[in-house]
Amino acid sequence: MNDLATYAFTSIGLFFFVAGSVGFLRFPDVFSRLHALTKADNLGLGFIALGIAFQAESWRLVALLFLIWGLMLLAAGTMSQLIARDALRERDGR
Amino acid sequence: MTGPTLYALTGAALVGIGFFGLISAQHLLRRVVAFNLIGSGLFVFLGAAGARSGASDPIPQALIITGIVVALSASALAIGLVVAHARASGRPTLPEEDGEA
Amino acid sequence: MTLVLDLTLCALILAVALATVLGGGVFRAIVFFIVYGLLLSVAWVRLDAVDVALAEAAIGAGLTGVLFLSAFGKLSRIGAEAEPPAAGIRALLPAALACAGLTGALAWAWFALPVPERPAPDLATALPRAGIENPVTAVLLNFRAWDTLLESIVLLAALIGVWMLARDEDWHDRFGLPQHVRPGGVMANFGRLLPPVGVLVGVYLVYVGADRPGGAFQGGTVLAAVGLVAALAGLLRPPRVTQIVWRMGLVAGPLVFLIAGIVGAILGAGFLTLPEPIAGSAIFVIEIALVASIAVTLAFLVIGPPEQGHRE
Repeated sequence: MNDLATYAFTSIGLFFFVAGSVGFLRFPDVFSRLHALTKADNLGLGFIALGIAFQAESWRLVALLFLIWGLMLLAAGTMSQLIARDALRERDGR
Repeated sequence: MTGPTLYALTGAALVGIGFFGLISAQHLLRRVVAFNLIGSGLFVFLGAAGARSGASDPIPQALIITGIVVALSASALAIGLVVAHARASGRPTLPEEDGEA
Repeated sequence: MTLVLDLTLCALILAVALATVLGGGVFRAIVFFIVYGLLLSVAWVRLDAVDVALAEAAIGAGLTGVLFLSAFGKLSRIGAEAEPPAAGIRALLPAALACAGLTGALAWAWFALPVPERPAPDLATALPRAGIENPVTAVLLNFRAWDTLLESIVLLAALIGVWMLARDEDWHDRFGLPQHVRPGGVMANFGRLLPPVGVLVGVYLVYVGADRPGGAFQGGTVLAAVGLVAALAGLLRPPRVTQIVWRMGLVAGPLVFLIAGIVGAILGAGFLTLPEPIAGSAIFVIEIALVASIAVTLAFLVIGPPEQGHRE
């Protein structure tokens, strides 16, 4: 039962990663690429964390997994904002 | 082929790639990056040797952690020198490669 | 199944390393190098060396990456970031062949080396006397204390070398370049949110280092990174060289380590040999002082010499 949940959620997570990577490769400019990468990958990572959580031996590990996910969300969100602002400034010729 | 052997061969290849980068790069910052590739390739080789007998051996691991910290110190000093050299000469390359030495 | 994982991981590492060396542009090389470091730390987990994986991710990929990126920024400002045209393929062919030969020689050495039978039998008998459970920390702070003492001095020497490159007129300024951060902006908020979690993670890594993966170097690096993020977000103004408290912090680790070594000699165990009854508590004291020094030294190394007045 737990194994089945792991397979299901990590597969969904991997699907989002693939979608994010396709968007990253195919979208035309920095902003839409960032959009694809941060949103899809963060969601994918959340599903993978959820999938692995079904294999965890204790609640402590589950909490750690979601702490990691939260930190990734924070870092990825901040980085995409900073990169986008820099790209905007460059496009407008400072 | 067992795991440690695979990683040891990867480490050996990384040393080769790093040396090639060190020789072929003209930009000094890139040379420092290549230098770090050589170092980490050697660490992988050493770590694989430590894992060869089955159980993981803590002595190479401790040596590698020391090595990683020393590599960072050396890189920091090298990068400081690169920036100082570029500020003084206006170029990020060594004088003998500008063809006017 | 695990072989497929190892093969994929090694292929990825080699591909990213090649991209670092062959890809166009210095910036691209730096970004690939950071990715390479993160992949390498996964490889260390696969080699059952979690302590090394933590060190590689934090120091090898993280701090080294920040160093490269900030140097690239400084070079861009003086217009020295572009690469001169590379030498032709014909000129580089001998170099490529020589490097392939080097790889071949290392591979040959691997197969020629005798396979050890048991991992360090002496260590297994000595470990119960070390005073701590994590064998890697035991080796670092007890059995091979010489290495670690000299390593902390190497860090200090590198920092002094970096400081020597400061210009005279900048010497009394704060470290690093001036930071411009929009108050209430994304970076300022990030700098407020991350440090509490980061400090907790750093202290935890040092604390568990006694019996599980972690330790002074990994924890100290995380603490240094917290300081750097706070400085980048404009929340913490970098100190000056002349502030005595910070200089005390720099030498605390090596100094306490040396004193512990001398105490060992006085108690008759020999220099840098910790007598068994006090080994556990001695390591604890040394580790706390070392963490303080490592965190301060690494943060100062990365932030660079004072150049607040530097305008190109």
